[in-house]
Amino acid sequence: MAAPASASKPGLWGWINKRLPVEQFTRSQLLEYYAPKNFNFWYFFGSLALLVLVMQLATGIFLTMFYKPGEATAFDSVEFIMREVNYGWLLRYLHTTGASAFFVVVYLHMYRALMYGSYKTPRELLWLFGMLIYLVLMAEAFLGYVLPWGNMSFWAATVIINLFSTIPVIGPAVVEWIRGDYGIADSTLNRFFALHVVAVPLILLLLVALHLVALRQVGSNNPDGVEIKERKGADGKPLDGIPFHPYYTVKDIVGVGVFLTLFSVVVFFVPTLGKLFMEEANFEPANPLSTPDPITPSWYFTPYYAMLRAVPNQRLGALLLLLGVLAYFFLPWLDRSPVKSVRYRGWIFKSFLTVFTISFLALMYLGLQEVSIGRTIAARIFSVGYFSFFILMPWYSRWDPVKPVPQRVKYHG
Amino acid sequence: MVKLAAIAWALLLPALSLAEEAEAPKAGADWQSWRAHNVVATTDSLQRGARNFMNYCVNCHSLKYLRYSRLATDLKIPPDVLSANLLPPGAKPADYIVTTLRPEDGVAWFGKQPPDLSLIARSRGPDYLYRFLKTFYVDTSRPTRTNNLQLPNAAMPAVLSELEGVKEATFRAAPAAGSEGAGEKQLDHFTITTPGQLTAEQYDGFVRDTVNFLDYAGEPAQVSRRSMGVWVVLFLLAFTWMSLLLKQEYWKDVH
Repeated sequence: MAAPASASKPGLWGWINKRLPVEQFTRSQLLEYYAPKNFNFWYFFGSLALLVLVMQLATGIFLTMFYKPGEATAFDSVEFIMREVNYGWLLRYLHTTGASAFFVVVYLHMYRALMYGSYKTPRELLWLFGMLIYLVLMAEAFLGYVLPWGNMSFWAATVIINLFSTIPVIGPAVVEWIRGDYGIADSTLNRFFALHVVAVPLILLLLVALHLVALRQVGSNNPDGVEIKERKGADGKPLDGIPFHPYYTVKDIVGVGVFLTLFSVVVFFVPTLGKLFMEEANFEPANPLSTPDPITPSWYFTPYYAMLRAVPNQRLGALLLLLGVLAYFFLPWLDRSPVKSVRYRGWIFKSFLTVFTISFLALMYLGLQEVSIGRTIAARIFSVGYFSFFILMPWYSRWDPVKPVPQRVKYHG
Repeated sequence: MVKLAAIAWALLLPALSLAEEAEAPKAGADWQSWRAHNVVATTDSLQRGARNFMNYCVNCHSLKYLRYSRLATDLKIPPDVLSANLLPPGAKPADYIVTTLRPEDGVAWFGKQPPDLSLIARSRGPDYLYRFLKTFYVDTSRPTRTNNLQLPNAAMPAVLSELEGVKEATFRAAPAAGSEGAGEKQLDHFTITTPGQLTAEQYDGFVRDTVNFLDYAGEPAQVSRRSMGVWVVLFLLAFTWMSLLLKQEYWKDVH
C-alpha cells in the first residue's frame, strides 16, 4: 500500500512514517475508506456519541480535581464547584447535560439500527459491541448519579442496588457486597467514585474501540440496506461509496454544530430541563430518614422502570426489566427477513416497529409518573407491545411481504 | 424572553392589584396558582431581598455556601455599605453567611434545626417559597399559634406578621368523607385582623424580593450563565451555518 512510499520520503514526515504508520493509517481509515453516499439524518449520531464521550471524559477529569468523595464532603464539594471554582458551574452542567445527551444520541443511534436492519449479517458483532456499550453506559450513568450525594442520589442507589436482592439465594449477600455496608454509606460512595472515574470508563473506551474496528471491518450499512462492497467499479472502489474524508467529516461537522447549539441552549438556559436532567430533590443532601416522593430514576431508565413497576411480584419485575434491556442483544438472530431496511419491508414489520416505538416512548413517560391503577394497566399493555416486537419477530419477519431491494443505493444529489 | 416576561409583569402589576382589591373578600382562594414571577437579573430587587434576609431570616437560617463578599460583588454592594449594613459584628467579608442560632436552641424552640436556605430555591422552587411566605395564618391549635397552607404544620412561626399583619383564614366546609378531596382543607379567603407595618402590595413586594434573593443564592452564577449563553449560541449558529456552506461545497462532487 502507500506505506513504503511515505516512509521513503525525505525529512521529518518520512522519518516519522518509517517508525509509525501515520500516513498509511489516515489513508486506509479516512481517505480510502469508502462509506455509502446515501447517509441521512440518522447517521449523525455515531459521531455525535463519540463527541459526547470525549466531552464527558474531559469535563469529568476537571470535576474530579475538585470533587471530594465521601459522605461528609461530596455534597459540599459539588456546591463548591458550582460557586467557587472558576467556571465550575459550566463544567458540572456540561457533564450533567452530557449524560442525558449521551442517552439521547445513543437511543437515536440504536433506533437507526432498528429501522435499517444494521444489526443483521454481517454486522452482528458490531451490534453486540454497541449493545455492550449501552449496558456499560447505563452502569456509568447510574454510578455518576450517586456521586453528588443528594437525596435522590441516595434513594436511587437504594432502589437500584436493592434490585439485586431479587437474585435467588445469594441476593441479600450480593447487595451487601455491592454496598460494602449494611446500608448505602460512605463505602458505597467511595467505590462508586472509583468505578465511575476509572474502571467503567476504561471498559467503555475498550468497547468503543472494538465497536469502531468491527465497523471498519464490515463497513457501514445505509438507509437502503444495500451492501455497497458488492458493486465495485473498474478501479476497485465501491460505486456507491465516497471517501469518509473529506465528505463525511465535513458533513458530520454540520451535525456537530446543530447538536452543540441545542446542547448549549440546555446548558446555559435550562440546565435542569424541567426536572428531567436534574431533579429538585437532588439539591437536598442525602437523608436516610427522608424519602423523596416520588422516587423516579433518570428519564433514560424510565422505560425499564415502568416495566418493573407493572409487575406485582418484585422478583418477576426485576426479571422483566433485565429482559427488556437484554432483548436487543438477540435481534440479529430473531430477525428472519431477507431485507434489511424498513424501506423495503412490508406492512407487518412496519406495524410492529410502530408498536415498539409507541410502547417505548409510552413506558418512558409512565416511568416518570406516579403510580396509579390506570397507569399500571397502561404500563402492562405497553410492556406487551414492547416485548411482542422481539418475541414475535422470528415469525412476522418471515411472513412480512417484502419489496425487491435495488442493486444500487438511492441518492438524489 | 425572561426580560419580556418581566416587563409584561411590571405592566400588569397595577391591573392585578386592582383586581385583587375588587375581589378582596375572596383574596387567597386561588393561592395554589400563585407564582413568584421573580427575575434574578434585577439587581435592586436582589439588594432589597438581601436586606430582608439579613433583617428577618439570618437570625435562624444560614446560607452556608454563600460568602458575604460574593454577595456584595454580584449584587453591586460597595464594601463600605457591606460592612456598615450587612456584615454582623466580627464577621469578615470572605465569611460564609451563617446564623448565630445554635442548633440545640433551634431544636428546643422549634422542634427542629431551621434548615440552611442556600439551595431551598433549587429544591422547592421560587413559587413554593412565595406561597409559603404568603400563606401563614392564625391557628391556635399549633404550638406557634400559626399555621401555613403551603407547608401544613410548619415548625416555623409567622415571623413576618409584624410586616404583613395578623392573618386569619376562613375555610370552606370540608367535602364529605368519601367524596373527592375529603380531608383537605380548602381556603375560602384570608382576612387581615390586625394590620402590619406594610400594605398588602408592599408585603407582596417584600416577599418577591426575598424569594428573588433566595433564587439568586441557590445558584449565584445563573445571571452570568445566561448572558454567556447568548454569545455561545450565537457563535454556534454562525459556526453551523459556515460548516453547512463548507459541506455543500464539498458535496457538489457527489452525484
